[in-house]
Amino acid sequence: MNFLKKKNPVDLTFSFITGIASVSVILITAGILYVLFKESSLSIERFGFFKFLTLVDWDPVKESFGAAAALYGTLITTVLALIIAIPVAVGIAIYVTEVAPNFLKGPVGIAIELLAAIPSIIYGMWGLFTLSPIMAKYIEPFLQRTVGKLPLVGILFEGTPLGIDFLTASMILGIMIIPFTASISRDAFNLTPAVVKESAYAVGATKWEVVKDIVLPYSKLGVFGGVAISLGRALGETMAVAFVLGNNNQITTSLFGAAATVTVKLANEFTEADKDIYLSSLYYLALLLFVMSFIVLAIAKFLLLKAERRYSR
Amino acid sequence: MKNVMSLVLAIAVILSFTVAGAEETLNGAGASFPYPVYSAWAFDYYKATGIQLNYQSIGSGGGIRQITARTVDFGGSDNVLSPEELNKDNLLQFPAVMGGVVPVVNIPGVKEGELRLDSEAVCKIFLGDIKQWNDKKIKDLNPKINLPDKEITVVHRSDGSGTTAIYTHYLSGACAAWKDKVGYGTSVKWPVGIGGKGNEGVANYVKRAPNSIGYVEFAYAKQNKLAHTLLKNPAGNFVEPSFDTFEDAAATADFDAKNHFATWLTNAPGKNSWPIAGATFILLAKEKKDSNVKTVKFYDWAFKNGDAKAKELIYIPMPKSLKDKIRAYWKANGIY
Repeated sequence: MNFLKKKNPVDLTFSFITGIASVSVILITAGILYVLFKESSLSIERFGFFKFLTLVDWDPVKESFGAAAALYGTLITTVLALIIAIPVAVGIAIYVTEVAPNFLKGPVGIAIELLAAIPSIIYGMWGLFTLSPIMAKYIEPFLQRTVGKLPLVGILFEGTPLGIDFLTASMILGIMIIPFTASISRDAFNLTPAVVKESAYAVGATKWEVVKDIVLPYSKLGVFGGVAISLGRALGETMAVAFVLGNNNQITTSLFGAAATVTVKLANEFTEADKDIYLSSLYYLALLLFVMSFIVLAIAKFLLLKAERRYSR
Repeated sequence: MKNVMSLVLAIAVILSFTVAGAEETLNGAGASFPYPVYSAWAFDYYKATGIQLNYQSIGSGGGIRQITARTVDFGGSDNVLSPEELNKDNLLQFPAVMGGVVPVVNIPGVKEGELRLDSEAVCKIFLGDIKQWNDKKIKDLNPKINLPDKEITVVHRSDGSGTTAIYTHYLSGACAAWKDKVGYGTSVKWPVGIGGKGNEGVANYVKRAPNSIGYVEFAYAKQNKLAHTLLKNPAGNFVEPSFDTFEDAAATADFDAKNHFATWLTNAPGKNSWPIAGATFILLAKEKKDSNVKTVKFYDWAFKNGDAKAKELIYIPMPKSLKDKIRAYWKANGIY
């Protein structure tokens, strides 16, 4: 008890309260993990780990459940969304920090940050009523007529374009995560020391060369952090894609195929899951998503730390 | 001024206490399908009696779980529980109101209520065995319509739903192939088609994709003026979805108090019966007499006074014969 006496009581209370706050977050997370594990025990017992992971079937009537299609859908939509979002987001960040005239920098930056505040259900409704008809009517038939005719990549564009598919869902998801990636990248770009940039300009580098050789290498860590956060968001996103993915439990190679993600499946089927094993399998899916997101973010964090260490040396 | 304020405040406080004291609240949870009509009834019932009824639309699965755990006074479910299931959890069950499901199509040139289908054709379309609208089977049923040589797009629900349960139960009863391959439930493994979330999702896709077929709740089809089809019922007649054909299905269905009304309303034998109807049920915990009496009082009141309201919201009220059977069931269980 000696160390207690040394500190001033206000200080002590303060550290106590902040301590509780941070410990409780960890406890709550552990509690969620425990509940997911407990609720899914029935399904874990019945299907095991590898069978559940590899089984494509999802048949509530015959009580045969597997996660393969939902996990596949989750990965594909996330990867496609990142492919769409990263170039645009980095482009926005470069424009705001390096290219835009000063009087535009503030307003554009704030506008992008506000975009991040739009609730995902709004993206979902917009996707269903606006984007999906446009995709079905113009963009997807166009893709089918042009790149769809090429050998090899042709299989990506098979089937009737209905606008309820991987491509539409990934577009929405991509648009949704652009603000996150952009605003974090912008902050990272802003950290590039002005001295370094000005020296480059002084020796005659063009704007493009400064961005390519000075700003980007200097801030790739920050950009990577932004991407990691967007990745986490895309993995767990539900409402933005629930309306435009169709919840079809299948593994398809076509971008025009309807599919399911883990979250879409949960949102669609949780309330009406009437059998114990059905509900338990949904919990099992949730557990897998929890673990998957955790691993992805852990890897991202690990890489970040590693890069940081190398960089500071 | 200050005095007036405090007087007003005092009256408000006293009033709120008396209201709170007299207030009785019934809590229910379950199926989302009957939520609009239950809340409309509850509103009128509160005006008439001062008793409040809360109904949370959390889904049939949730309703069954909540009443099994005894956390609510009554549960709502679109699923028909069998007598064995009811006995296991010591529950009572009775139907409260009905609805129907109608197939809707979007075929250029085909008008509302024009296309005739029988259960075999519907079944084969949803199994993916019939792929084109100008298939011989459909042509034979519709000699007068010029059907396009186009691929059929099937639209079904992506979320678990009582509507799907009723629809797939109809298909299971109508053809053996469906029963073997797919079966029935709130969500099933669909052989073909794309999924729309909710009635609005299905309606949206059907409206947008030419040459498509889907299924939605009757009320939804009516309000949104979707092109429904005619269906051939088990008695061999082509019928139109309407209040009359739904009521006919309910009146001719074999509801029996002995097995807690555990009967599906699909493929009813009546001459004018619409083949895809369904009742939504109330579940009670057998041992909770007091709250059951109160719940039953509410539904008795709704049976007497709520038919017009139900019809206004495009639900189908129970026929009188069935209401009497339900009252007898309540009496037999000592809660009426």
